[in-house]
Amino acid sequence: MKKVLTLVAAAAVLLAACQSEPAKIVAPTTTGAAGSTGALPSDAAAVATERGLSPDDVYAALKTYMPSGKTDPYIMFSSGGQAGQMLVIGVPSMRILKEIAVFTPEPWQGYGFGGSGNKILEGGKVDGKDVLWGDTHHPALSETDGSYDGQFVFINDKANARVAVIDLRDFSTKQIVKNPNAINDHGGSFVTPNSEYVVEGPQYASPIGWKYAPLDQYKDQYRGLITFWAFDRTKGRLDTSKSFQIELPPYWQDLCDAGKKVSDGWVFCNSFNSEMATGGVESGKPPFEAGTTKNDTDYLHIINWKKAAATVQAGKTEMINGMAVIRMKTAIDEGLLYFSPEPKSPHGADVTPGGEFIVVGGKLDPHVTVYSFDKITAAIKAGGLDKDAYGVPVIPLDKAMETQVELGLGPLHTVYDDKGYAYTSLFLDSAVARWTLGGPYADKHPEKPWTLVQKLPVQYNIGHIAAVEGDTATPGGNFVIALNKWSLDRFANVGPLLPQNFQLVDIGKGGDQMKVLYDMPIGMAEPHYAQIIKAERLKPFEVYPALGWDAEKMAVDPNAITTEAQARIERNGTKVEVWMSVIRSHYNPEQVKVKKGDHVIWHLSSLERTRDATHGFALSGYNINLSLEPGKTETIEFDATLPGTFTYYCTEFCSALHLEMLGYFLVEP
Amino acid sequence: MKRFNLNLDSDIKVLLPDGSAHRLIDYLLPSATLMIAALLLMISMFLPYWRMKLYAPQYPNGLAVNVYVNHLEGDMREVDELNHYLGMPILDEGGRLERSISYYGIAVLGLLLIAGVFVHNRWAALIALPAIIYPLIFVADLYLILYQYGHSIDPKSALGGAIKQFTPPLMGLGTIGQFNTFSSFQPGFFFSLAAVAAVFLSLWLHRAAYKPLADARKRVRLAASQPSPAVPQEHA
Repeated sequence: MKKVLTLVAAAAVLLAACQSEPAKIVAPTTTGAAGSTGALPSDAAAVATERGLSPDDVYAALKTYMPSGKTDPYIMFSSGGQAGQMLVIGVPSMRILKEIAVFTPEPWQGYGFGGSGNKILEGGKVDGKDVLWGDTHHPALSETDGSYDGQFVFINDKANARVAVIDLRDFSTKQIVKNPNAINDHGGSFVTPNSEYVVEGPQYASPIGWKYAPLDQYKDQYRGLITFWAFDRTKGRLDTSKSFQIELPPYWQDLCDAGKKVSDGWVFCNSFNSEMATGGVESGKPPFEAGTTKNDTDYLHIINWKKAAATVQAGKTEMINGMAVIRMKTAIDEGLLYFSPEPKSPHGADVTPGGEFIVVGGKLDPHVTVYSFDKITAAIKAGGLDKDAYGVPVIPLDKAMETQVELGLGPLHTVYDDKGYAYTSLFLDSAVARWTLGGPYADKHPEKPWTLVQKLPVQYNIGHIAAVEGDTATPGGNFVIALNKWSLDRFANVGPLLPQNFQLVDIGKGGDQMKVLYDMPIGMAEPHYAQIIKAERLKPFEVYPALGWDAEKMAVDPNAITTEAQARIERNGTKVEVWMSVIRSHYNPEQVKVKKGDHVIWHLSSLERTRDATHGFALSGYNINLSLEPGKTETIEFDATLPGTFTYYCTEFCSALHLEMLGYFLVEP
Repeated sequence: MKRFNLNLDSDIKVLLPDGSAHRLIDYLLPSATLMIAALLLMISMFLPYWRMKLYAPQYPNGLAVNVYVNHLEGDMREVDELNHYLGMPILDEGGRLERSISYYGIAVLGLLLIAGVFVHNRWAALIALPAIIYPLIFVADLYLILYQYGHSIDPKSALGGAIKQFTPPLMGLGTIGQFNTFSSFQPGFFFSLAAVAAVFLSLWLHRAAYKPLADARKRVRLAASQPSPAVPQEHA
């Protein structure tokens, strides 16, 4: 019996020994020798010599190179400019990861070619007409307690005063809203610290309610308008019924930023046409470029949005085109709106991480002006303020200003890091200025507070500047990106329309050691602002969470089918309804026959559950193309007006038998 | 440190018919081991018995199918999706009958072992026999299912002509198409083997305890059937 026991034990040991998986059958996930860091190999030095790379170049290469299989620690969401889209870029590798379709139809994502994207684009109709592009400006990641939470990102279309909501669970657009009372916007999108509201600042004044008024009635009829879109985080939608607007003087409010921490509850916007110029260069009047820059100062707008929300609650609003509007007089009477002068051709209004200061650049002034929120509130409390032409109380500059810092020519936008430095883009100097903050930030850096530390030339004509979480309560440091308007000689010549140049700047070291690391061409539009989030804050789906997923509603579609056995075609009079399954490498059904004039409703359900097993669906002749990611269901609806023989096929290379994934759509004449 | 005393209360003895005393523990241990065997079998029902992992360049993390006595877990959906190119049935078709009766079957094995606690002769081995051969049955059945599965390629399917009929290995490496496969037995199966070991141990302990008892009975019976050699001594 003992022998039997020994035998059993021996067998068990032997079995266990055969169980260990040999490492060689596991496919390698990364290339290169793992873990062997340290000294550069001699052939690296040879490459540097051969390519004429300086030690700085080698440093830059090592800072930005992303080995295959490794992913970036930061993700940048950039405006897609006139393309109307949003770009997703990995930082520091500066690789484009995705272009998210927003205001413009985009076939790869099947956006606007028959599926649910069409419904979303319809939300962006202007006065009932399709507007199938956008001039996207300022992305705004949703925030919780003043820090990015990685759930949503918003972006505005300056050309048509629209705001879009992108859900970061699937990186796709869910909603477009058209501002009912504004024809353009610029100062969007900005969120309040808990994304209660998405702020859409206006730009060029227009008659409220989007009416006609001749320009000689500018002062009386034209108005600025700031919109607070209420955001329903659970639904992931902007809710017009809870949103409101505040009527403002026609001063061309420009860029806004929400206060945070100590200044939570307030919004600050710069403006640049207190002259109320109306142009007319053709009839001998000063052109806008001169007319709007005559005054030495314009007005920083200081708006109490929490009090404004209470004013809306109290019903002190007027409904205009379905939107609650707080009239200017009410705003003044309720103490919602204050001004403070800002020098010369101001741009930007960027709140420091703790909310203590607001930094405003002056395009035609070598300084940035730093406003103190404490001083602003003290001045408001003290009262006795002079009024502007429209009766808005004006806080004198010396009562609101903390300091001015001379940086150079053309300061525009300011972002922050975790070491008490501020970074301002200098358009005319074509440089990034690093300067020190004072107040509670003075201990974080060795330099004197409120001083310029370094001016780093960038190539060329920087507009916005983005830093890692650099406009939040918790800036990340390490990198800033200069969003340069001109690239001139930075890239190979691709003709007279040049790409923009996103330039990665290393800010990891303090003092004057900022360095340009990398040039990234953006050859699809002129982006404006970008935000950079730590990658770990994003938790997107790998595949849609359940079969039959309606990506627009973010719920299971009642018209979805979940097995191939459910695939069918039903005819009811002239209505033909198709329930089609989509899985490697076939559609079911593969033959769909209708008669000319039939109304076709076609539900397509991907039965895939494997990551990246995406299929397309193109129906030739009918301008239809869908993207069916694993688990997604889409519905297309059309009249079979075109008789003949058509094919539908998979437009996303899905498998070895991808070319065989097709079907015939026959429309009997 | 006090040595663990397996003898429990040394004052409690088992008195055999021939008057010799044995430790109580000798009679408790075989029953306890048998019950442990039953418990190990019960636990095994909730653990995977067998697993196949499949690796290919486009599946860097591999695909896994874990086989439990009554269900499958893992990436069956994707494996099925791939196998449909060969016209093979879905994995869930394999061993349906076995899976549907597995819980009852193992419960019966366990109950038989517990019944064995009350049988103190050589029939105990017979009662325990199903539990002993159960792992063998599992392996044989798994092999049969794998054989049938690998021999169900439909030559008319998309890739049916390109891949020959095969039997996926029970253990270790295999290759099919661009996939490297690796099969291995899993904790559930080892629990069932541990149950077999416990049964053997129990039978050995059983024999160690009850053989002296049977011998004592024999001796007493033998003594009763013969004239007692002690009687004449009384006369003496």
